[in-house]
Amino acid sequence: MQIAVASGKGGVGKTTIAASLALSLAGEHAVCFLDCDVEAPNGHLYLNPVFDRQTPAVIKIPQIQAERCSSCGKCVEVCQFHALAKVGRSILVFAQLCHGCGSCTWNCPEGAISEIPNPIGSLEAGQTKEGIHFAQGVLTISEPMPTPVIRQLKRWSQASEDAVTILDAPPGASCSVVETLRGSDYALLVTEPTPFGLHDLKQALGIAREMDIPAGVVINRDGVRDSRMDWFLSQNKLPIMMRIPFSKTLAAGIAAGKPLIEIWPEYQPRFRNMFRQIAESIAKGKPC
Amino acid sequence: MLTATGKTKRLVLLSGKGGTGKTSLSAAFAHLACKPQYGTSVVLVDADVDAANLSLALKTEPSSPREFWGGALAEIQPGQCTGCAACVAVCRYDAVLQDVEHSPAFWIDPVACDGCAACRYACPQGAIRMVPQLEGHWFQSATPFGALFHAELFPGKENSGKLVTLVKQQARLWAEEAHIPLAIIDGPPGIGCTVISACAGADLGLILTEPGLAGLHDLKRVLGVLHHFRIPAAVCINKADLYPQGSRDIREYAAEQSLAVFGEIPFDEHIPQAMLLGLPITSAFPKSPSARAIRQIWEKSLQELYSLKEMLS
Amino acid sequence: MILFVTAQQPFLDSPVDERFGRSPWLVKIETETYHWDALPNPGASQSGGAGVAAAQFVIDQKASAAISGDFGPHAASALRTAGVEMRLLNGEVATVQQAVQSFLQGKLLAFG
Repeated sequence: MQIAVASGKGGVGKTTIAASLALSLAGEHAVCFLDCDVEAPNGHLYLNPVFDRQTPAVIKIPQIQAERCSSCGKCVEVCQFHALAKVGRSILVFAQLCHGCGSCTWNCPEGAISEIPNPIGSLEAGQTKEGIHFAQGVLTISEPMPTPVIRQLKRWSQASEDAVTILDAPPGASCSVVETLRGSDYALLVTEPTPFGLHDLKQALGIAREMDIPAGVVINRDGVRDSRMDWFLSQNKLPIMMRIPFSKTLAAGIAAGKPLIEIWPEYQPRFRNMFRQIAESIAKGKPC
Repeated sequence: MLTATGKTKRLVLLSGKGGTGKTSLSAAFAHLACKPQYGTSVVLVDADVDAANLSLALKTEPSSPREFWGGALAEIQPGQCTGCAACVAVCRYDAVLQDVEHSPAFWIDPVACDGCAACRYACPQGAIRMVPQLEGHWFQSATPFGALFHAELFPGKENSGKLVTLVKQQARLWAEEAHIPLAIIDGPPGIGCTVISACAGADLGLILTEPGLAGLHDLKRVLGVLHHFRIPAAVCINKADLYPQGSRDIREYAAEQSLAVFGEIPFDEHIPQAMLLGLPITSAFPKSPSARAIRQIWEKSLQELYSLKEMLS
Repeated sequence: MILFVTAQQPFLDSPVDERFGRSPWLVKIETETYHWDALPNPGASQSGGAGVAAAQFVIDQKASAAISGDFGPHAASALRTAGVEMRLLNGEVATVQQAVQSFLQGKLLAFG
């Protein structure tokens, strides 16, 4: 079972919720935590895994064999991303524009292109003391594309079928969130009851809907009820899976690196209960 | 007070970690810039295109959407597809699926498709064409503090970096025509293509962070991006008193990196209240502790961006 | 020699455009004959890799020099490899014609 924790808005508590959900289930289930926020992964700060495996995340970029290259320029023509240019008789490769699609390689009439791995990030895995199988992707600073790292992280981590896998998604609502949500059984959307939170929740929900993934909402930093948020949720039949009140003490503890259920242990059964509802929801194939 | 003596200067607000308060700070800066003692006209850019909130933080007049055509996606013409699966063999994105209705033909999942066109070139029937995609809208809107260039990427789309570049370019063209001396760019979280596009060519990258392990961890990442692209950087701390040890750690790290700390904003309940009013904090609650701290950060930013001569002209 | 100047409009008295990758027009001038042509910039409509598209075009046209406000790193890399000189516009040059004159008088600074 795969549960993705996403939000739209940054900083509303995805990692906080995802980490505490993983910790709450660790006693009863085989749990896997995948930190897919490869630009700024923070899950390890709360779960403290001991890393024992590591591999580079790579994009295959073309390498032109000059002896075989006839300078026909076919590769330049087929590349949709302008990652290749023909200069005189040589072909230049712009690695940062390359998507690693292989099209130039397939289309070279001389078979003059081979592919070499261009590392764009790192994949790391280990175990936490609670027995959670933890894996994260880390995008190399200055590399633009997080999506291939996320894709490779999911393949590499090989979470077992009967494990509960919790994916901590990046903020926003672009292709990296799609890549994280792909294949998930449920999207747990974290939000806060503010105009920004509502606006960005709509974006994240848009993705879940387009991908036909059932969704539920966690309202974090709940305080004065914002009627617009509640109205939107009821109009869209989005279940509120948990409400967490705003608290400076909680915020300070989280800043210090403590998981939510360590600061407020009474939430542990609530997380387990939420998981049961999510599991039921998936089993019944409930629409969101 | 400030005049455009050359190119429009660019101040970009970044954070690494999401939710540190960049949008609220951008709105406050916009308000301060227009005050008589600073007297600077500004252009505002919301570079967080998939979660764009700056228009909500200011009283923004609605404006007509302009189309953003990002890239193209592959489409198979079912009548021409023989089901030979040449496309399946070359697709690295698992985007080619069985078309149950038009068996034995295939169809392409637009969510998975990368737009690489490998399938189009592989298809012996010429049954695949690349279709340009409308991926979002951008806007030039009026706010009380200047023109705001912002965008809304359709959920789940790629090419967000390109939409950021487009919005910035439109803002730059307009600012140069109107002789606006300063562009304030509200940046996205993270370190990837949208951040890189947002900070390209910036004169100052101001990192707004918050105390805590995650804040410091992500501050280091985004600072790495600014260093890589040789953009001058400075930092300021939001909700600084929420976890004092964390603020100490940030100051210590900043000292090690010779990174200037422009100020520390205390946790202030007025900030969400101002947000609900659609006003910058410095306008709604000018005497609040956070407004005072923000004014100091604004002045330090101006000092960094403009020489004394430019400021007095 | 063949020069290219980035321009906002397809004329010799057009205001220059600062952007190499995305200017709407690339004005091509042959300095021996003064024959000129305004060509649409292939980078202008590109969502990505605009600089590379423009550079490839200019290289294919056998340019000796390109004049613009700024060159992105990929475009610059391609042009440098091709031996195309890059020159920067300055505040005194407002039109394509003035850019060409300044270039021929050796008044434009090299990029990079």
